[in-house]
Amino acid sequence: MMSGARETREPPARAGRAEGSDAARPAAGAASDALTIAGRTLRSRLLLGTGGFPSLAILAEAIAASASELVTVALRRVDPASRGSLIDVLSEAGVELLPNTAGCYTARDAVLTARLAREAFETDLVKLEVIGDEDTLMPDAPELLRAAEELVDDGFVVLPYTTDDPVLARRLADVGCAAVMPLGSPIGSGMGIRNPYNIALIREAVDVPVVLDAGIGTASDAALAMELGCDAVMAASAVSRARDPVRMARAMRAAVEAGRLARGAGRIPKRTYATASTPTEGMADF
Amino acid sequence: MIVLNGRDADVSPGETVAAVLARLDLQPDARGVAVAVDGQVVPRAQWQSFLLADDARVEVLTAMQGG
Repeated sequence: MMSGARETREPPARAGRAEGSDAARPAAGAASDALTIAGRTLRSRLLLGTGGFPSLAILAEAIAASASELVTVALRRVDPASRGSLIDVLSEAGVELLPNTAGCYTARDAVLTARLAREAFETDLVKLEVIGDEDTLMPDAPELLRAAEELVDDGFVVLPYTTDDPVLARRLADVGCAAVMPLGSPIGSGMGIRNPYNIALIREAVDVPVVLDAGIGTASDAALAMELGCDAVMAASAVSRARDPVRMARAMRAAVEAGRLARGAGRIPKRTYATASTPTEGMADF
Repeated sequence: MIVLNGRDADVSPGETVAAVLARLDLQPDARGVAVAVDGQVVPRAQWQSFLLADDARVEVLTAMQGG
């Protein structure tokens, strides 16, 4: 469990500014390469969604395999018939909860849902989702920005699920969001990162952490996100709906670490033609 | 008629939020539960004292698995 201490908020535009969010220069050692979101320190750069797992037991195993410290939960009507113990499972796992506003189509509903989540889970964190289209589940940009502003003003640490638009990402950071969570492709589509250039532009556009959210299909997608400069990756369906969710959780963990290391190591430029790595000097003359 | 989680509820006007929660087998110290009445959050500290009007719409929510 991370420190629940709430940091003294700086002026909105810089609230939650990430120490080390400049992914161009990550530290070499994993221990010193923690991610900070609004004063919370995360050693794992993998966020896990809890939806879609076949059972709570497999969810618990997957959380352990992923090493994730921050997992999402939704808020739904109490069903007296099925009293699950999700809260107990997550508490046992020692993870911090990131309540989402999934299913909300208006700023009003999302803000109310966030306030209810704060009451239910005693956290000021919220993964803000305001959906604009039921087929693509794409965010509704004006409603999202309005809700983000209202929640920041109300003291929330807001992590908005957003499009891969660098301008919108900057606007969200400007109103005080603690991070931005651009989609790689539609939620649950598994299509990976459709516009890697925009994701890289978002990393340049904002000072807060960038968490690639939505669209991850397999481990290489998560590695690519990190190579593009994202500070963390959020995986949900890619893990929970994999044939072997626990093994995929382990794969995602390794991919995020590999991508982060590769980003810090600095890849070679792409070239059309070959460049020999073996010197020609000293070749025998047959 | 008081509506609880989208259904007409056997709850009388003037009853408290805590009384409604008891019908759902929820104790006042239940973890991970939040209540809204008519679109407004009712903080846990007010569950024992908040009286429901006869057309109140009550939402009782809890954690569910979700991305």
